[in-house]
Amino acid sequence: MYKQTLSELAKGLRSGAFSSQELTQTYLKRIQQHQNLNCFITITEEQAMRAAKNADARLAKGDAEPLTGIPLAQKDIFCTQGVKTSCGSKMLDNFIAPYNATVIDKFNAAGAVMLGKLNMDEFAMGSSNETSFYGAVQNPWDRSCVPGGSSGGSAAAMAAHLAAGTTGTDTGGSIRQPAALCGITGLKPTYGRVSRYGMIAYASSLDQGGPMTHNAEDAAIMLQAMAGFDPKDSTSSEVTVPDYSAGLNNSLQGLKIGLPKEFFTADLNPDIAATIETAITEYKRLGAEVIEITMPHLKFAIPAYYIIAPAECSANLSRYDGVRYGYRCNNPVDLADLYTRSRGEAFGAEVKRRILIGTYALSAGYYDAYYIKAQKIRRLISEDFTKAFNEVNVIMGPVTPSTAFAIGEKSGDPIQMYLSDIYTIAINLAGVPAMSIPAGFVENKPVGLQLIGNYFSEAHLLNIAHRYQQVTDWHKHTPKGFE
Amino acid sequence: MLLTPREIKKIAHLARLGIDAEDIDAYADSLSGILDLVAEMNTLNTDTIVPMAHPLNQVQRLRPDVVSEVNQREQFQSIAPQVEAGLYLVPKVIE
Repeated sequence: MYKQTLSELAKGLRSGAFSSQELTQTYLKRIQQHQNLNCFITITEEQAMRAAKNADARLAKGDAEPLTGIPLAQKDIFCTQGVKTSCGSKMLDNFIAPYNATVIDKFNAAGAVMLGKLNMDEFAMGSSNETSFYGAVQNPWDRSCVPGGSSGGSAAAMAAHLAAGTTGTDTGGSIRQPAALCGITGLKPTYGRVSRYGMIAYASSLDQGGPMTHNAEDAAIMLQAMAGFDPKDSTSSEVTVPDYSAGLNNSLQGLKIGLPKEFFTADLNPDIAATIETAITEYKRLGAEVIEITMPHLKFAIPAYYIIAPAECSANLSRYDGVRYGYRCNNPVDLADLYTRSRGEAFGAEVKRRILIGTYALSAGYYDAYYIKAQKIRRLISEDFTKAFNEVNVIMGPVTPSTAFAIGEKSGDPIQMYLSDIYTIAINLAGVPAMSIPAGFVENKPVGLQLIGNYFSEAHLLNIAHRYQQVTDWHKHTPKGFE
Repeated sequence: MLLTPREIKKIAHLARLGIDAEDIDAYADSLSGILDLVAEMNTLNTDTIVPMAHPLNQVQRLRPDVVSEVNQREQFQSIAPQVEAGLYLVPKVIE
């Protein structure tokens, strides 16, 4: 049953074909079997079985919601009351969250089962999952390769069928890039659509949580449970949440697809370019028309991001001081030593690098030249999207310039690592929603197609993804050894 | 190189971030590389552009000035590195 989609499992639970307890056992067993992928930081077996039992009672009573009894796994960035929430860092290795993230509360209220907490790049800073304190995650399609990051555990767990759905967070591509490299469906919603309360902060004006699933139909169900206004998050949007499943089958006749010429340059692997072209041809068959567009400021997205994100990170991570929770160094001689050594001993190299860059960019004399400059460029990038959406309904392109790279290949070269997010970062700067859906394989490794929509157009993106998944089967492939 | 090891030490001090002496050169190197990367921003004239701090141009939402939190001191302090008599302990600050 683990190979079924979330929607199929929900039907199976309702028809009584299997119980949530049986389903949860099945996944827990698979998680044990495939522990060498290193997807999980914490497995919450007892809690999962308790939740499954409650879900079965709810299902029997007939008051089940779509996610009741469905085994999910959560990125270890979401606070889970009474359960270790590490954010992939030594700093929070001993942190038992005293409260739940809003997203976790919502899943609990829906009766979903949590199997455990998923591995990730430390504080979500990374594109390969290699910066995790808990070690690299293997890509199920090629175990010598990275799954992408920062939601690497979430993507690999989906590809290996270790959960029916997982969550991720996306600050510069951290849902879409691992989704692409692992051949699954990932959705980064509009900024403000999903509450950030209890989601450990990296760069607060960019961070957004979202679902990672096998297909768009499942993503619609997950997003329905996650989305909505939350008074506990001051940047949460009050825009009404539509029914994400209702329009999945709408016709794509007359859909205007924009292809930014800046996406299709020499940096893009030609085989990936060909794969994207094939997918676009499929959309034409579904009735879409294609318009070449230009977004002249896209090339400034990486430079602007690597000021804005580190600046926000240096401020957010100043809370880790060794005083109230988290790691504390041994025998501090004074308060300055306590702060400096606790932080120095518990943060990894990439987190330190970003704190340093952010501190530099915000320091006296450099603030205008770096931080304000980057914010001005952010506006230009955002305006590129506004202009594009006056002409087209959706923008399409690649998610990544290459397929999954080898573990260790880029970990020594931060700049090379940063460039792997070249097609995803601009979306976060603008705050618009985007998806990665499986579109084929290059040398037996998955390729993702990126769909970018206007603000709060998640329902339309899911519709566009779903129609493609009705006529293709890329999202149904399973890596060898995980059948 | 844009940043010297001395500047790295100064930034690390501002961030209260301990860095091993033998790593300082490597940080100077990689941070200089990042500043090279972001220098591309300077090829664009942005004199008349208004900075954008937030994607939705939102106004900070306010809430009524009433107590909305309950006291959870014991729960929060149960995960603290060192507490005594309901207080967080740190090294002596005043002699």
